[in-house]
Amino acid sequence: MTLVREFELRAIEERRNGLIPGFIHPCVGQEATAVGACLALAPADVITSTHRGHGHLIGKGGDPRYMMAELAGRSTGYCLGRGGSLHIADFDLGILGANGIVAGGIPIAVGAGLAFHLRGEKRVALAFFGDGAVNQGAFHEAANMAGLWKLPVIFMCENNLYGEGTPQHKQAPIADLAARAAGYGFPGIIVDGNDVLAVYEAVRMAAERARAGLGPTFVEGKTYRQRGHYEGDPMVYRTQEEMEYWKARDPVVLFRRRLLEAGIFDEQTLDKVHQDVLRQLDEAVEFAKSAPIPKAEEALLGVYGDTHNGLVF
Amino acid sequence: MREITFAEAIREALREEMHRDPSVFIMGEDVGVFGGVFGVTAGLYEEFGPDRVRDTPISESAIVGGGLGAAMMGMRPVVEIMFGDFLMCAGDQIVNQAAKARYMSGGKAKVPLTIRVTTGAPGSAAAQHSQSPESWFMNVPGLKIAVPATPADAKGLLKTAIRGEDPVLFFEHKMLYAVRGPVPEDPDFTVPFGEANVVRPGRDVTIIAIGGMLAKALAAADALAQEGIEAEVIDPRTLVPLDKETLIRSLAKTGRVVIVHEAHKRAGPGAEIAAVLAEEAVEYLDGPIVRVAAKNVPIPYSPVLEEEVLPGAEDILAAVRFLTAGAKA
Ligand SMILES: Cc1ncc(C[n+]2csc(CCOP(=O)(O)OP(=O)(O)O)c2C)c(N)n1
Repeated sequence: MTLVREFELRAIEERRNGLIPGFIHPCVGQEATAVGACLALAPADVITSTHRGHGHLIGKGGDPRYMMAELAGRSTGYCLGRGGSLHIADFDLGILGANGIVAGGIPIAVGAGLAFHLRGEKRVALAFFGDGAVNQGAFHEAANMAGLWKLPVIFMCENNLYGEGTPQHKQAPIADLAARAAGYGFPGIIVDGNDVLAVYEAVRMAAERARAGLGPTFVEGKTYRQRGHYEGDPMVYRTQEEMEYWKARDPVVLFRRRLLEAGIFDEQTLDKVHQDVLRQLDEAVEFAKSAPIPKAEEALLGVYGDTHNGLVF
Repeated sequence: MREITFAEAIREALREEMHRDPSVFIMGEDVGVFGGVFGVTAGLYEEFGPDRVRDTPISESAIVGGGLGAAMMGMRPVVEIMFGDFLMCAGDQIVNQAAKARYMSGGKAKVPLTIRVTTGAPGSAAAQHSQSPESWFMNVPGLKIAVPATPADAKGLLKTAIRGEDPVLFFEHKMLYAVRGPVPEDPDFTVPFGEANVVRPGRDVTIIAIGGMLAKALAAADALAQEGIEAEVIDPRTLVPLDKETLIRSLAKTGRVVIVHEAHKRAGPGAEIAAVLAEEAVEYLDGPIVRVAAKNVPIPYSPVLEEEVLPGAEDILAAVRFLTAGAKA
């Protein structure tokens, strides 16, 4: 969680410094849903991610160096500088891609679950999405299909209360989005999305269900995005009061406190972890800065994968 | 060679590929028990079972997106969209997801996904079941587009699509399903993408005919031969990739070109082909490039109205006569 938090803050800083072009949609405040869910999966399980995907990628083992290089548009980035923040994928780690389209990754996760089902593999596909995405047709079609065929899919909703600047209650006539799962014949669970252990536990159970052939689960993590929809968002749509309420429930701080209170780690150890993370990110930024910039003509490669040598035609 | 129908040729390709490769499976609306609304997949459900010949809910985005996710995981799905008109319901999964996955992931995503879809007017099906949407997708890099016009090409191109590494939109004209023709029995017979077929050689005019219009172009060429005009008829077979060389070589020989398709004229596939020829082969042109295509209105229901809108052999004749009139005078 600390790595996710600091990655976001560092990326924001490097964007200001001019290393990173394009948009950043930070997940500050939502680290517990991202990390808790990913840790409950096995390495062979896969995820699809969203526009707010850095936490998902790091949670699933994404390397901050290649991520930073991708954000900087460099050749050594995860997608050779062709994808950027919104499209990072690493199939070796089971990251099938962040997605620039709200709900776009959900049917893809269902398709991955279908492949596992057809081959009799005990693997699970988890789709991350926001509260806004459950109003998209793609969500409903995918949920229906997954429920119908009892596919090993986890629908992981990070309900951060907003879709861009519009609050959830202006987008859906129900408060608990997990209720929608009932319509598709599988359970919907609500968890405190700022409690990483609660998220972990819910997703672990969902993954067990999926592996046992019992089908999908919808997990709704109630959480909050502490920063703007994107970096630079003036955030006129919410109150100071609301932001302070959630700040007091910051998932990273909460978990740190819990670890200390339980006597699992002492302050010193946790500070050292934090320092290690910062060092790792220094390295990532250095890696990105010194990475080669793609040659212009590389823009034309890699559209197709066949005998036409990936050339554009 | 034995003759089978266009529909049988497709079924044969599907069956052979499913036997050859366990990662091939079929999914779509009514493709299983029902055998497909045009009967194309009949018998496959009995042969391969409900897992590999999968009836889906009426959910185009989940069908295409599900195929995409399965393809990314190493399967080779062949998904069916019952009518080309419904492709728009899956628009995002086709255009933003499948077409771009490989490129924007820097080659990490592999997308061996075949999307079979019917195209063209079956007669009085009106505007939401009669469209030829091929060109809507020609504008999207990352997709390949096959439009077979004969049973042999249907079989050979479909096998190439299934064995390939990229998302393919495979357009089957509804009026071709019952057409018979010779089809090789060799299970490894394939037709490569990007190789146009010179179906009938000629010297006076090049007729480029797409999909369902090939037969009409050949009929027109027969009639023209009676008048002493030798038309060369070429079927591009795939619109992406497009075999420019064969088209330009023919144009260099004949100096005149008519492009025929059932899609609407405005920004149809002929617009792209005409632009390519004008851009790369203008020196061979002895006259304007003429397009014969559907008029720019939704396809109407009543037969007389429908016939007025769709292009026919007469329209091709008129176009060729217009082009050759000067030369003959
Ligand atoms: C199909 C589509 N419509 C609109 C957008 C613009 N957009 C990007 S993020 C976003 C809000 C998404 O809200 P939610 O799903 O709750 O995710 P969150 O941003 O809260 O993580 C919107 C509307 C988009 N990217 N895709």
